Amino acid sequence: MNFKLKDIVPQLITVTAVVLVFGFFTYNAQINMENRGIDFGYGFLSQESSFDVQFSLIEYDGSHSYFRAYLVGLLNTILVSVIGIIIATILGVIVGVARLSPNYLINKFAAFYVEFFRNIPLLLQIFFWYFAALRALPLPQDAEAIFGVFFLTIKGLYVPAFIWQNFSVFFYSIVAAIIAIIVIRIHAKRVQENQGKQIPVFLISIGLIFILPLLSFLIGGVGISFEVPVLKQLATTSFIYEGGVSLPPELIALTLSLSLYTATFIAECVRAGIQGVGKGQKEAAASIGLTPNQVLKLVIMPQALRIIIPPTTNQYLNLTKNSSLAAAIAYPDLVLVFAGTALMQTGKAIEIVSITMFTYLTLSISISLLMNWYNKKIAIQEK
Amino acid sequence: MFKYLKQLTSLAAMVAVLFTFTTESMAAKKSKTLKNTQKKGFVRCGVSQGLPGFSNADAAGNWTGIDVDVCRAVAAAVLGDANKVKFTPLSAKERFTALTSGEIDILSRNTTWTLSRDADIGLTFVGVNFYDGQGFMVRKSSGITSTSQFKDGISACTNIGTTTELNMRDFFNSKGIKYEPVAFEKADEVVAAYDAGRCDTYTTDKSGLAAQRTKMSNPDEHIVLPETVSKEPLGPVVRQGDSVWEDIVRWSLNTMIEAEEYGITSANADMMKTSDNPAIKRLVGAEGELGAAFGLDNDWSLRIIKQVGNYGESYKRNIADTGILPDRGPNELWTKGGILYVPPAR
Repeated sequence: MNFKLKDIVPQLITVTAVVLVFGFFTYNAQINMENRGIDFGYGFLSQESSFDVQFSLIEYDGSHSYFRAYLVGLLNTILVSVIGIIIATILGVIVGVARLSPNYLINKFAAFYVEFFRNIPLLLQIFFWYFAALRALPLPQDAEAIFGVFFLTIKGLYVPAFIWQNFSVFFYSIVAAIIAIIVIRIHAKRVQENQGKQIPVFLISIGLIFILPLLSFLIGGVGISFEVPVLKQLATTSFIYEGGVSLPPELIALTLSLSLYTATFIAECVRAGIQGVGKGQKEAAASIGLTPNQVLKLVIMPQALRIIIPPTTNQYLNLTKNSSLAAAIAYPDLVLVFAGTALMQTGKAIEIVSITMFTYLTLSISISLLMNWYNKKIAIQEK
Repeated sequence: MFKYLKQLTSLAAMVAVLFTFTTESMAAKKSKTLKNTQKKGFVRCGVSQGLPGFSNADAAGNWTGIDVDVCRAVAAAVLGDANKVKFTPLSAKERFTALTSGEIDILSRNTTWTLSRDADIGLTFVGVNFYDGQGFMVRKSSGITSTSQFKDGISACTNIGTTTELNMRDFFNSKGIKYEPVAFEKADEVVAAYDAGRCDTYTTDKSGLAAQRTKMSNPDEHIVLPETVSKEPLGPVVRQGDSVWEDIVRWSLNTMIEAEEYGITSANADMMKTSDNPAIKRLVGAEGELGAAFGLDNDWSLRIIKQVGNYGESYKRNIADTGILPDRGPNELWTKGGILYVPPAR
């Protein structure tokens, strides 16, 4: 009995202290808000927002609600995070492998890249890309076309828009290709386990993913045409491009700086992962007659990934959270739109900040769970 | 012995009650903010991050501007020294939170007085120190001379968290023009982006446009369009719930305006004590007990005029002489064709 009490008492005290501290803050906020005549409530979310946002993935203007404005900000945050994570991962893997290259030039260049970009504060890099690099871009009327259809200007990157005919057929052909690839992989594994024969799965997969959609064009009636951006004059010296898709420079600058910065850390994770696999593993694999490609694919990577994934998850989380620096360069992310404009227009500081914090928490935890699931999948299966 | 002790205790209790009563009433009169300010020895004032003419710091960190002068006037009235002000530069987004959370006691930062701000978010506007309206700036070379020449696809740079952002939508919607809003957190970033050509037009209060124009790489390349698309009465703000402090700030501003009306300047304020006009004598503290209502001495308004000057002096020093807006327009006294009109100090 005595022993148990000794265990419970400190825990009880801790819990009580935490509850009291939170209670105090809530009470304090309540009193202060009452004194200053501030109402608390989430009712404003359904009110008309009456401000516009520069760039939105869903239909939005000021006649929509604050909740819709929140969704706009959230989707923009997710967009920049997803693009950033993809680019950072690809770049990170390339640079990480390059750092281990026996080629002096590649090796040193990769090392220089990593040391340079990871040692400059991210906000500075964002400012650099937005205010220095992008400002050097030409005005729309002076822009040279890239491949005749892309226009990179100070007002953004204008790319042709795809106009599809029978898009659904094309979509189903890709789905069919993916299903076929999965079936073939399962089949190939079974064949290898039963007969020891290897089927070139990779080549077949590449073939499928190209041929099936191609067939949809030839016999499925799928058609595609491009809407090329066209220069339009607004005033004597002000022009824009119309038609096509325009990517705002804020998005470009933010994606660029986030991925270049985070890629350096991912590169280090990748390098650590590969170096973490014992030399003996590689030599043993080679001695049983595996080709260098097979060594990398079957022996090195599966082991390296176990080292790479957990720290890389952290980098993905960092990238997502760092995307909130968007506010500095007018990219309408969650912080700028919701915790910025919406907060200012409603004055609901506590409500909006709490929603924003909770949203980032949810985003981060989702990424964490996904990566943990993947990590578990590639971990050593103990039977 | 016991009897005396009892009497002594009751006497002590009475004294204690009396003492509490007097200090209580004093405290109520002096207001918490006033008491804290006097204890700290400086006025905590929220200003902009640099808007020439309104609140701008020079290389040495000295703040000037008509918004700055409001805080200086309060410092002169409350602490006797116009320089005892701690300025906190705030972005449009931060300003109200800084005030309601108690980080600053006066927000004097070209802030528009609107119903929702006054009623909703725990703020009280005390007056107007600049009548303004939203306008648009464009590059001269664009050939645009009126907002009626704006076309679909125009991009407009502005600040987030401002009435500008809302007015802009109202304006473009009423004209049926599709536009691209590019909203930054800091005014300097807006100017930099517009200057670089990111936006076709830069929109904010006209005074702000005039002031920011001086910061451009080549001010002569830009013009402010003649149209005014909104009413923007700018003025100092205080926290809701401290009416004495609110009155002090309101009447510090009013004193500056009324002093101009009666021709009292920083140079002649002392001589005005012997004026024949009782209104002037009240303003320089030679008659009446005006300060007592705030728990201040009677020279509070004299100090404002002597140390900061009247509104006209402040306008001339900060806005006219710096070439931002030499013409006072609506910010002229009502007696001279403007709309500056304050209640009488009596």
